[in-house]
Amino acid sequence: MATSQTDTTTNTGRDLQKQLLQNWYSALSHANEKGEKVAYLFISGNIMELLKVFDFHVVFPEVNALQCGIKRTAGDMILKAEDLGYSSDVCGYVKNDIGLVASDMTGPFGKMAKPDLLVCTYSGCNTYIKWFEALAAHFHCPLYMFDVPFSRGPETRTADIRYMMDELKELIALCEKITGRKYDEDKLKALLRCSREAEDLWVDILHSAKRQPSPFDAFFEAVFFMAPIYVMRGSRECVDYYRAVKDEIAGRVEAHTGPVPEERFRVVMEGPPPWPHFRTFWELFKTWGVVCVASSYSKVGGIWDFGYRHDPERPLESLAEYSLECYTNYNLARRVDMLDSYLHDYHADALVIHSVKSCRAFSMGQADMREVFIHERNVPTLFIESDLADPRYFSKAQLKNRIDAFFESLEHQRIVGAQTVAH
Amino acid sequence: MYVAGVDVGSTATKAVILDENQRIVGRGLTPTGANVIKAAERAFSEARASAGSDDWEIGYIVGTGYGRYKVPFGHTQITEISCHGKGAHYLFPATRTILDIGGQDTKAIKVGAQGEVSDFCMNDKCAAGTGRFLEASAQVMGLGLDEIGDVSMRSGRPIRITNMCTVFVESEILSHLARGKKVEDVLRGVNNAIAGRSVALMRRVGLEDEITFTGGVSRNTGMVRAIEERLERKVNVSPDSQFIGAIGAALFAWERTQKKVGVS
Repeated sequence: MATSQTDTTTNTGRDLQKQLLQNWYSALSHANEKGEKVAYLFISGNIMELLKVFDFHVVFPEVNALQCGIKRTAGDMILKAEDLGYSSDVCGYVKNDIGLVASDMTGPFGKMAKPDLLVCTYSGCNTYIKWFEALAAHFHCPLYMFDVPFSRGPETRTADIRYMMDELKELIALCEKITGRKYDEDKLKALLRCSREAEDLWVDILHSAKRQPSPFDAFFEAVFFMAPIYVMRGSRECVDYYRAVKDEIAGRVEAHTGPVPEERFRVVMEGPPPWPHFRTFWELFKTWGVVCVASSYSKVGGIWDFGYRHDPERPLESLAEYSLECYTNYNLARRVDMLDSYLHDYHADALVIHSVKSCRAFSMGQADMREVFIHERNVPTLFIESDLADPRYFSKAQLKNRIDAFFESLEHQRIVGAQTVAH
Repeated sequence: MYVAGVDVGSTATKAVILDENQRIVGRGLTPTGANVIKAAERAFSEARASAGSDDWEIGYIVGTGYGRYKVPFGHTQITEISCHGKGAHYLFPATRTILDIGGQDTKAIKVGAQGEVSDFCMNDKCAAGTGRFLEASAQVMGLGLDEIGDVSMRSGRPIRITNMCTVFVESEILSHLARGKKVEDVLRGVNNAIAGRSVALMRRVGLEDEITFTGGVSRNTGMVRAIEERLERKVNVSPDSQFIGAIGAALFAWERTQKKVGVS
């Protein structure tokens, strides 16, 4: 692929994101002592705007686990949970969180606030339910199980939406009881307007990876860029953040810089990153001039690039739709179709599936996915395995061998293809 | 000009020297051991000695295998997956599917008409179904790796081995022996267990004729039979099977000297 890019020198989006998260964590560390209410929820399809109406601080234990992973404290946290009797087969994120509880709620981000309410916002993963049940028992705290029906097709079923809206009304009553505040729909609408604004900007950023070469990596960079849209929606800071990232991307396009000095392969990435070895993992791809032009993990909280937006005019309904339409709530056929459209729309050369041991909601069906793409859709597909949280499941030598062999063969096919055309 | 390929595997290190007509003129084989660099040097000098080529100029050397970056005299490194594809095609030009069972890895590789890799699958991080599994099983029975093929061929009633864990299989074997089962029947059971797992791996890339069996474990005649029985067809095995990765590496080296198509 002809390129004239140089390695990116800009890091505005990553640095700003770091700062935003730092402020966010700092506010959380004082929430309990100030008597401010704290709600825990999960990332996928989360309904944080509704909780913001009641001025809850929101905590995402998955983000805490991710932070421990990237700051290399996950291994110790996981061992603490295993000391308590959690088996090696239990999800690394869960064990990381249990380890945090066993560490007096102190992680690399400082002191974590205890919950006043737990909202299990994603029910596609049974582990999530058990995770919050364990926290509810530990903190003697109410747990609201927001049951999200599984999505079996692209059509949204009105019965599902009605069912979820009824649940949201129940949750509203519970929030009123816990906080002593009345539900204010105008406030929710204002929050959703803000969310929508950030969502438009985020989609523009994601679409910029259609450029050849791509100005940003839609997996290795997007996993940082996505944090505010999943944990700070409804705030002005979130909108301002995406405006700044969009400007950064525009600046890169103008300056002909990108995530690698020379883009040689464009891939779609399926699955989460191995947080404790994030940089090493990225380097294994960078060496080959690989840029991820689209990824499923950057959509783990919500999918906007096919048109969905939070709608202030239909506040509860659109919250329900959002929860329903998250990637891990899709059946296999929908996931395959989504990845297929990315491969096509973003002019990708190959699909890389990074399967993680911890997250069955993600990894289930990935072996079949590989079969479908290789045998039915004729897409070169690399299947590699490690874990998103547990550093013990990462083997650099084995991953490097598979990644190198895959790109060796892609490069070979490209050279042979070019020679065939030339003749 | 002569070229060489050095394949540093987890168990054994292999080196091959080719002449300008891509003929194999020297081979070296040595256990890898703890010092990988020394093993690479040993295999290479053994290959030079066997070729009588101590004073020849070796124009290009490609390192492959897990220790490919530990071949200090190598000009470049290529994965053993690409090299096995290339090497198997050199020995058996009609081959399309390759099964490589090495010390710690089992790989199924699908190749095109020129030996270029189009797909591959490998075992997970566990040593189940690899040479190490076989070695652990042989050790329990007090046999060397070279003996187990012939012994297992004598089996009339193979035992069904259910454990795929290299650690737990030892106690399963011991319990069979304690119950008076014959060593050959247990060994054939071990071979069958590995064959089942390997064939499943091959099915994932697609079974297409001809099939070539490579890697150190392919020297085990009992294993070859178990694979053929499971596949219900013959597989190619060469006396040079263990050298196929090194041969492929040397062929890539030769291409570099010719400035032909190759992987970087």
